[in-house]
Amino acid sequence: MSGGSVVRPYGDTTGDGMVQVSFTLPVPHDKRAEGAAVQLANKMGVDPALLVHAKPVGDGFTFFVVYGRVNHLVDLSAVRVVERDFPLLSAKEVNAVVKRRLRRKLSVVGACIGTDAHTVGIDAILNVKGIAGEKGLEYYRELSVTNLGAQVSVPELVEAARVARADAVLVSQVVTQRDAHLHNTREMSAAFREAMPAGRRPLLIVGGPRFDESQAAELGVDRIFGRGTTPGEVASYLVHALITGREAKVA
Amino acid sequence: MTGKLDLDPVLVARARELARRAGRPVVELARSHTTVSVERAVLRLAGVTGADPDGIPWVNRLVDAVVADVGLGHGVAVPVFDALAREQITDVTLLAQKAAAGSVRFVVPSGRAGTAARRAARKAVAAGIRRMDRRRAERDRLVKRFGDPPRRPWIYLIVATGDIYEDIPQAQAAARAGADVIAVIRSTGQSLLDYVPEGATREGFAGTYATQENFRLMRAALDVSSKELGRYVRLTNYASGLCMPEMATLAGLERLDMMLNDSMYGILFRDINPVRTFVDQRFSRQVHARAGIIINTGEDNYLTTADAVDEAHTVTVSQLLNEYFAHEAGLADWQLGLGHAFEINPDVPESLRLELAHALLARELFPDAPLKWMPPTKHMTGDVFRGNLLDGFFNLVGALTGQGILLVGMMTEAVVTPWLSDRDIALQNVRYVLGAAGGLAEDFRPASGGFIQQRANRVLGEAVDLLERIGDESLLTAIAEGTFGIMKRPADRGKGLDGVARHEADYYNPASEILEQPGERGVRERSEGVPQSRSEGVRP
Repeated sequence: MSGGSVVRPYGDTTGDGMVQVSFTLPVPHDKRAEGAAVQLANKMGVDPALLVHAKPVGDGFTFFVVYGRVNHLVDLSAVRVVERDFPLLSAKEVNAVVKRRLRRKLSVVGACIGTDAHTVGIDAILNVKGIAGEKGLEYYRELSVTNLGAQVSVPELVEAARVARADAVLVSQVVTQRDAHLHNTREMSAAFREAMPAGRRPLLIVGGPRFDESQAAELGVDRIFGRGTTPGEVASYLVHALITGREAKVA
Repeated sequence: MTGKLDLDPVLVARARELARRAGRPVVELARSHTTVSVERAVLRLAGVTGADPDGIPWVNRLVDAVVADVGLGHGVAVPVFDALAREQITDVTLLAQKAAAGSVRFVVPSGRAGTAARRAARKAVAAGIRRMDRRRAERDRLVKRFGDPPRRPWIYLIVATGDIYEDIPQAQAAARAGADVIAVIRSTGQSLLDYVPEGATREGFAGTYATQENFRLMRAALDVSSKELGRYVRLTNYASGLCMPEMATLAGLERLDMMLNDSMYGILFRDINPVRTFVDQRFSRQVHARAGIIINTGEDNYLTTADAVDEAHTVTVSQLLNEYFAHEAGLADWQLGLGHAFEINPDVPESLRLELAHALLARELFPDAPLKWMPPTKHMTGDVFRGNLLDGFFNLVGALTGQGILLVGMMTEAVVTPWLSDRDIALQNVRYVLGAAGGLAEDFRPASGGFIQQRANRVLGEAVDLLERIGDESLLTAIAEGTFGIMKRPADRGKGLDGVARHEADYYNPASEILEQPGERGVRERSEGVPQSRSEGVRP
């Protein structure tokens, strides 16, 4: 890294620090609004701030575009990122790995357990429709998906997993009243431990907006996914945990 | 407008004939089956309202009680109105409450009691349909008073906060900013609920629950906006999922103007049982026809799962099937917002010309339908600058090919739910393109035998090939084998199958009887003469 680890934004000259930002303020468009926009830009570290565009939007709002020199420095040596412990694959890559290495469809069984009737989470991950423009696991040719829907009892889930020869079981829990999501998850993992020997047990995954992703061991599951998880992340994790990760360990 | 693509009229006629051949067995299936949601819609028309303390609607409790005693195959109308006579009450909601408490037994009456129950059921349902007719007449009057949007395409904008009381000011602001049509996106997962939630709702997931009260509140607010703006602002919601027939009915009763209503979307993308879907579809379309509602079909969805070039012909096939099912159910061409989308990968060479070919093909195949033109989503990457340019080209294709309804594309698609400024920038984009090139359709004539004409004819040819294959094996088999999208959806699987029943010999549905009556349509066309209280939905 020549020239050290400190950098500044680049406009058209090294070190000029130029940035472009746009935002809306809840004030009608007038001189004061423009001054307010410059003040905000200054507080963001943009100084001098060049207000290049201001336009009223809706009633009592103004949209601004500001160019200017930001006085912050970026220290590359101090950048810390949390690395995902598995590679993110496209649907095509997931299918290719399953087809080539597993040589059969990877079986996934999903459900909402307990009294939870919120299928939002499990449907976002499993339904073709998916979420935020990303298709759900049903869309993956090499995955065989069984979505049991809502209010599935733990024995039903265990039985369905057995019938489908599930490689992985996905459970979604949205309702958290009196820690129902934690109780249900513990009950589910205990039932699988009781019903199936260690080597034959499917991968157990739970997801929901209120889980702490570091609680997996405590709840007896293999993985927890929190808010904002996409189907692609889940599929990539399945491939990692069931195929590529395992092979790596053997090798 | 017609004639820009030099389509072979024989081939076009063949495509329609094949669509009819593929669709007819499905219509027969729909005519010989009923579903819990169709029966609940009948009860809603007959005046059952409200929900129990757990929020389960009385129509659900009543249908469940009838099914437990006599099954679904006779229809619920006769057992319900027979019980009403025996209990000597007139209020059907009260009967539902009694039935839920277990104090009413249902039977299928014969002889004189049967005839009387039929007559009473028909009278009650006819009153519900008359309410819908009055709402339609009211729309006609308001459109006449406030006027239609000054140009085509109509500008269609989405609101989706989850809270109806947040949606209302957002929808009114969108209308003020230029929207002609407001769509309230539903909460994720509502399509798989087997009941319609009740009352005004303030929390939803990525959308707002569709309820009768939410419909009423939003329509009333947009009536205020229509008056303020001097043009009638239309309202859209969803007749899809497990409660499709009830959604259509509630839309008719609350004067919604458009409903998303695709013949196969629920099957392919929500894994709803195919038979359930087709039965619910037919009834909901009959209701839309009667209520003067414009349907929007969902062909854009195929292109988000499949390649927009390779699979362009599946859009055409679906449009032809949707047209057949719609006409069969009594919808007129002006009510067919057939869907299609600008979803070709912009890195494909000549992508704009391909889009023009596809969009013009839809326009020329369905000259009298107000096609619904859907913006790019699949290739919106988070690069908002490129996204804005893409939306500009999308708007241009819409203008050049005379689309009827334009769903405004957001440069922040796939990034955030639209911000106030995103919506403003998107509308500015639409206004610029329509202002600068709105009349360009007049000058736009693809070269004879050129790229666009060739492409359009090729897509039509592929559509005919696919329809021929479907025709040989029936539509249900084609769906089961994964012909559309890549989903295999067998007819004996999927959600909601347990709510389907084959008609018994004495099946009776007064709503279908009235909606299918040929004479009724003539009456409906004269809807302007119907006496009417002043728009009771409007509140200050």
